[in-house]
Amino acid sequence: MDTLYYLIQNTLPVAIPLLLVALGGMFSERSGVINIALEGIMLFGAFFGCLFVYYIKGSPMDVQIILLLAMAVAAVSGLLYSMLLSFAAVNMKADQTITGTALNMLIPAVILLFSKMFFSSDGITTDMSFYIKKVPGLGDIPVLGKLFFQNTYLTVYIGILFLVIATIIFYKTKFGLRLRSCGEHPQAADSVGINVYVMRHAGVGLSGILGGIGGFFYAVGIMNSNINGHTGVAGFGFLALAVMIFGQWKPLKILLAALFFAFLRTLAYSIALIPFLDALNINQTFYKMLPYAATMVVLAFTSKKSRAPKAEGIPYDMSQR
Amino acid sequence: MQSFDIKRVTKSKGFSAFTAALLAIFLGLVFGFIIMFAASPENSLSGFQMVLFGGMGRLGDVFYFATPILMTGLAVGFAFKMGLFNIGASGQYTMGMFFALYVGFMWDLPAGIHWVAAIIAGMVGGLLWGLIPGIFKALLNVNEVITSIMFNYIGMYLVDMLIQGNAKMYISTKTRTAYLPDSVQLPALGIANSSVNVSIIIAIIIAVILFIVLNKTTFGYELKATGFNKHASAYAGMNGKRNIILTMAIAGAMAGFGGAFAILAPSTILGSSMTYEPINVIAANGFNGIAVALLGNSSPVGIIFSALFISYIQRGGTLASLFGFKPEIIDVVIAVIIYFSAFAMFMNTVVVKLFKKHKKEEV
Repeated sequence: MDTLYYLIQNTLPVAIPLLLVALGGMFSERSGVINIALEGIMLFGAFFGCLFVYYIKGSPMDVQIILLLAMAVAAVSGLLYSMLLSFAAVNMKADQTITGTALNMLIPAVILLFSKMFFSSDGITTDMSFYIKKVPGLGDIPVLGKLFFQNTYLTVYIGILFLVIATIIFYKTKFGLRLRSCGEHPQAADSVGINVYVMRHAGVGLSGILGGIGGFFYAVGIMNSNINGHTGVAGFGFLALAVMIFGQWKPLKILLAALFFAFLRTLAYSIALIPFLDALNINQTFYKMLPYAATMVVLAFTSKKSRAPKAEGIPYDMSQR
Repeated sequence: MQSFDIKRVTKSKGFSAFTAALLAIFLGLVFGFIIMFAASPENSLSGFQMVLFGGMGRLGDVFYFATPILMTGLAVGFAFKMGLFNIGASGQYTMGMFFALYVGFMWDLPAGIHWVAAIIAGMVGGLLWGLIPGIFKALLNVNEVITSIMFNYIGMYLVDMLIQGNAKMYISTKTRTAYLPDSVQLPALGIANSSVNVSIIIAIIIAVILFIVLNKTTFGYELKATGFNKHASAYAGMNGKRNIILTMAIAGAMAGFGGAFAILAPSTILGSSMTYEPINVIAANGFNGIAVALLGNSSPVGIIFSALFISYIQRGGTLASLFGFKPEIIDVVIAVIIYFSAFAMFMNTVVVKLFKKHKKEEV
């Protein structure tokens, strides 16, 4: 039973970055812009979030307040970085996959360059722990308290809150409806007075905010608030894209998909703690491959009937109305 | 009459691709300079000079380092002609490297045949790793971008694991592979202090062959037609699925060659060789291949030149460390070049329009 508690407690901080970034990808793609730059956006957000933590570390502020402030920094930086994508994709009608790839390549190089020149290392090391041993009160509830309110991070609750907000924006507001229409049939949307360009900028911008926050949460929950230009976010941005496709571009399905991948990854990294898997004596590397291989298997089975937003990847051309 | 000729040249597709590439390179370099200036204003000028002209003194190395990225560039560019984005060149490259290493260590072949066999093995390794995303795309409708990214990770972990598990290949105390036997190292071209070897010649020949395949064969025609319009080519009776698989397999084979060329290159120090370190990092040369392909407008001949160019500024970037800069500055420049080349064509048409307007007013 302790193993199960351990697995669940460790799955959640991994699932939250995947969830947030995949939700970001959903906003972007449902507005019609393929966002392959999520990996870069995550790293950008994580870098500035960690930089902020690095400079504010000694202050007497409460640890969790620092987390919230750094989250805001990460969100703003993610937003700014995503604007590079939406400028190229919406205004310049550039190839969205290529632009995204360029943005993914740019940021690790910049981080390595500046970290090596100013910190003499490959990244930023803060070693700041945002870990919560036990949430007062809630942590004492039997079973549930142990599952969800012990050995965790504030990021988990913020992530769930964002999921609720994102779902409401997506399905229950005028903005959400307009955004979705731009990803399906932008010409029709334009003909009823929706500004497709603005909607697409907004979609990419939201993905920037969520991607930046997700990147910082990755650094907090998985990397001990450190970030490194070499390993970056270890393909989490790409995994998030797979999560989004597996989740069929829908918020709640994305949550399930994120939990599934996060569980596999946690399992892969805690083999030594699970007696019966440890006894099998399989090379650890197999387990490290597991999330990626599982992604492939899942996509192989779901892609035949997967329905991507119809107009994604196509620059909007008013003359095709 | 003469002006008529110039117009025809400037209007041609190849020319506008060329000027678009130049524009992207220019903007990339300007951005690189700004970054250098921000990092260290007093050294920025001398450092930037190194980036621009440092490669001159090391032309042997320029050709040597251009070889692998020329091959990964072909891997990306060839698939791009069919509208497939092969972001998995890294994994294919690593696989090619592993297959070449395996033949190098485990097979005992006479000198003269050994390195040829290792190169072919490398090609097979890359081909297999390109074939899988091709099959996923053609038969299961899985986006090749996601598949090839996943296979970058799977391939990297797999190769690291296989190498670490092989006592003949791996020296665990040094966390790298052992030195390859001499018989499997590629014949050097004999330029002092440089590892430039016969593979650059093979690479250029392969690029020319691909050029012929693309422009003079039915397969090449079908491939390009599918790239232009998937539905029209299917309507015309072209077998899209078969072509997707074939294209990805060939693209993978190119990257596999690149991996083999990189790991089998002779060392400048006698009695040693190139080595592979299994440290769970995805091969950067695969991603540099994307830059090479885009800059070369996906044309095999263009890719030869863009690979040489990228290798040239990379040498300069390494030398810029004399002024306290880090070689990553070049990765920044390359990324910016790709960013701008994605919409350089668009900017180009804007510039041409402005230019034409200006001319009309003059008249």
